[in-house]
Amino acid sequence: MPPIAAAVSTTGVRWNLVFRQAVLEATAAFALALLLLGPIVGLVLDGYQVRNELQRPLLIAAIIAAGRFLVTLAMHTPTGQTALERFNARRRQPGVLVVSASESDRQRWWLLAIVVVSLTLPLLASKYWLTVLIQAMIYVLLGLGLNIVVGLAGLLDLGYVAFYAVGAYGLALGAQYLDLGFWSALPLAAMLAALFGGVLGFPVLRMHGDYLAIVTLGFGEIIRLVLNNWLEFTGGPNGVSAPAPQLFGLEFTRTAKDGGVPFHEYFQISYDPLHRFIFIYLVLFLIVCLMVVVVTRLRNMPVGRAWEALREDEIACRALGINHVLVKLSAFMMGATVGGIAGVFFATYQGFINPTSFNFFESALIVAIVVLGGLGSTTGVIVAALVLTILPELLRAFADYRVFAFGVLMVLMMIWRPRGLIRPRRRAFEVKGLCR
Amino acid sequence: MDWHILAQQLVNGLTLGSIYGLIAIGYTMVYGIIGMINFAHGDVYMLSAYVTAISLATLFSFGLDSLPFALLVTLVMTMVITAAYGWTIERIAYRPLRGSTRLAPLISAIGVSLVLQNGVQLSQGARTQGVPSLIPTTLRFGEGDDFVQITLVQVMIIVVSLSSMAALTWLIQRTSLGRQCRATQQDRRMAAILGINTDRIISSVFIIGAAMAAIAGVLVTLNYGSFDFYIGFVTGIKAFTAAVLGGIGSLPGAMLGGLILGLAEALFSGMVNTDYKDVFAFSLLVLVLIFRPTGLLGKPEVEKV
Repeated sequence: MPPIAAAVSTTGVRWNLVFRQAVLEATAAFALALLLLGPIVGLVLDGYQVRNELQRPLLIAAIIAAGRFLVTLAMHTPTGQTALERFNARRRQPGVLVVSASESDRQRWWLLAIVVVSLTLPLLASKYWLTVLIQAMIYVLLGLGLNIVVGLAGLLDLGYVAFYAVGAYGLALGAQYLDLGFWSALPLAAMLAALFGGVLGFPVLRMHGDYLAIVTLGFGEIIRLVLNNWLEFTGGPNGVSAPAPQLFGLEFTRTAKDGGVPFHEYFQISYDPLHRFIFIYLVLFLIVCLMVVVVTRLRNMPVGRAWEALREDEIACRALGINHVLVKLSAFMMGATVGGIAGVFFATYQGFINPTSFNFFESALIVAIVVLGGLGSTTGVIVAALVLTILPELLRAFADYRVFAFGVLMVLMMIWRPRGLIRPRRRAFEVKGLCR
Repeated sequence: MDWHILAQQLVNGLTLGSIYGLIAIGYTMVYGIIGMINFAHGDVYMLSAYVTAISLATLFSFGLDSLPFALLVTLVMTMVITAAYGWTIERIAYRPLRGSTRLAPLISAIGVSLVLQNGVQLSQGARTQGVPSLIPTTLRFGEGDDFVQITLVQVMIIVVSLSSMAALTWLIQRTSLGRQCRATQQDRRMAAILGINTDRIISSVFIIGAAMAAIAGVLVTLNYGSFDFYIGFVTGIKAFTAAVLGGIGSLPGAMLGGLILGLAEALFSGMVNTDYKDVFAFSLLVLVLIFRPTGLLGKPEVEKV
C-alpha cells in the first residue's frame, strides 16, 4: 500500500491527488484481474474447444476495480484513517488475553442453559436436523482435538483427517474382523489413532514446524490411498459397514439379532429409528463436554502451559529445559486420540464408511474451524464448528461455493486477525501492568 | 527383469523427474528466501495446465495451423499468466503477513490453495479436461516385443526442462537480479541495508517459481493430455518431496531431487506396484526427513535468536 501520508497535507486531504491515485490503482487492479481471470474464468474448456464466457471475468474485474477505487478513497477520509489505525493496532495485540485469577466466573449459569438446550434440542428435531446436529457435534469434537495441536501447541497438522479415518475404520474393521462392538472399539480406536500419531509425530516433531505441515499432509494422503487400494482388507472404494452402538446390550433396531433385546421392547415403547440417533447424539454430547473440561484443565497444567510457551517461542523453551519433542508429541497424540474418537462416532452414525469421506478438504475444513475459532480458544472453536457445519445446511443453494468461501475466509482471517476471532483467555496472578 | 522394461522405466522416470525438478524449484526458492513453504505452488502448476489447454484451444479455433508457433505462444502466455498468479499470491497471502505468527502465512497459503482449486472447479467444471495428442511421433529402439519407446514429447520435456534449469542457474549465478536474490537469501536485513529492494526480490522469486511451474504445466499437459483441478495437490507434495530430498533452499538440489524422485517412482511403479506409487513417494518424504533432514545438497539449519 503506498504511503497515504503523502497525500495528506497539513491543511487537509488533497483530493485531486487522492482521486488520481485511486483511479490509477483501480485501473491496475482491473488489468491484473483481467489477466488472472480472463482465460481461467472467461474461456471454458469444452472438449477440445473453448466456450466464450468473457463477460464473467469482465464483471468480476469491474467489481474488483470499483472496490479498489472506493477503498482507496475511503482510506483518506478521517473515518478511514482511524479504521486503518485501529486495524493495525489490533494486529499488534498480544495473542492471549490475560485475566486476573481472582476474577470470578460469571458464565456459570448460562453454561447450564446451553447444556439444557443442547440436551433437549435432539428430542424436538426431525431426523434430518438430528443428523445435522450429530455432524456438527462431530466437527466440534474434531475442532477441539485439532485445537490442541494447532491452537495450543502451534503445530500445523494438515492430515488430521487421517486420525479421523483411523478411528472410523478402527470401529468398522474391528467389528468385521475382531467382532468388536461400539463400546470396546471406542477406546481401542482412540488408542490406535494415538499410536499412529506417535509413530508419525516422533520423527517429524524434531524438525521445523513447516515440515510437519507437509508431512502430515502426505500422511493423510497415504492413509486415504491405502484405505482405497487395499481391497482385501478395507473393501477399497466400496467401503465397509460399521455397527450401531448399544445401551448396556440393548440394541437400537426393530428386531434384535441373535438373542439381543431391542431398546424399545425393553422399555415397552414403540419403535422409532430416531432413538439410535438421539442416543448417539447424547453420548457424543457427553464426550464433547468431557473434552471441554479436559482441555480447560490441561491449559492450566504444566503441560498445557508448555504447549503454549512452545508455540510462542521454541528456542526460549528449549533454553529453559523443556523437552520440546515430548511436549509436542503429547499434544500431537492427544489431538490424534480425539480425532480417533470423532471417527468412531462418524462411523457409527453413518453406519457405512468409505475413503472418500477422508479427503484433504475434510482436513482443510477442520483447520478452518480452528483458525476461525481463534487458535486456542475453546469457545471460539465450538462456535466456529457449529457455524461452519450448520450454516452450509441453511445455504444449500450456495453449496458449490463452500470450499471457495472457506479459502477466502482463511486468508482474510490471517490478514485481519491472525489470532482468530475470539482471543483465548488465560488466568494469571495479578502483576501490575499485566492484567486488564 | 528384461532390460527393455528397465530402460523404459528409466526413460519415464527421467521425464517425470524433470517435471518434479521444475516444480520443486518454486518450493526451494521461496523456502530459501522467506523460509516458508508455498502451499499454493502445486495449484499454480494446476492453473498452468488449464491455461495451456485454453490457450491451445483458442489458438486453434482462430485457425492457427503452425504447431511450433502455437506451442511457443502457449508457453509464453502460460508463463506470463502463471507468473502473474505467483505475484498476486505473494501480495495477498504472504506480504501482509510478514512479521505475523509463524502459522499465519501457512494457513493463508492453504486458503489460497483452496480458492484456486475451487475457483477452477467452479469456472471450468469438475470433469477431467484434456488436449488432443499434438505430437504423436515416437522413437522406437529394439525389435519385436522387446523395445523401448520414447515419444518426441518426452525428449522435449527432458530438453526443455534441462535448458530452463540451465537458464535459471545462469540467472541466479551471473545476473544482477540473481546476485540480489542470493544476498536476500543469505541475510534479508543486511541486504535491505545495502540497498536491495528485498520486497521486489521476494516478488520476483515467486514469479520465477511460478514461471518454472508453468513450463512444467505446459510440458505435462502435452505429454499426458488430461488433467483436472485436483492435480496440483499430489504433484505439489511430490515436488516438495523432491525439494526436501535435494536439500531445501538449494537450487541444484531441487533438480537432483526431482530426477531421483522421478526415477525412484517410475522404477517402483514398474517393478512393484502402480497403486501404491504415491504412497511410496510420500513415505520417501518421511524417511528423508527422519534420516537426512538437510537433504542431499542442503546445509544444516542453524537456529539463531
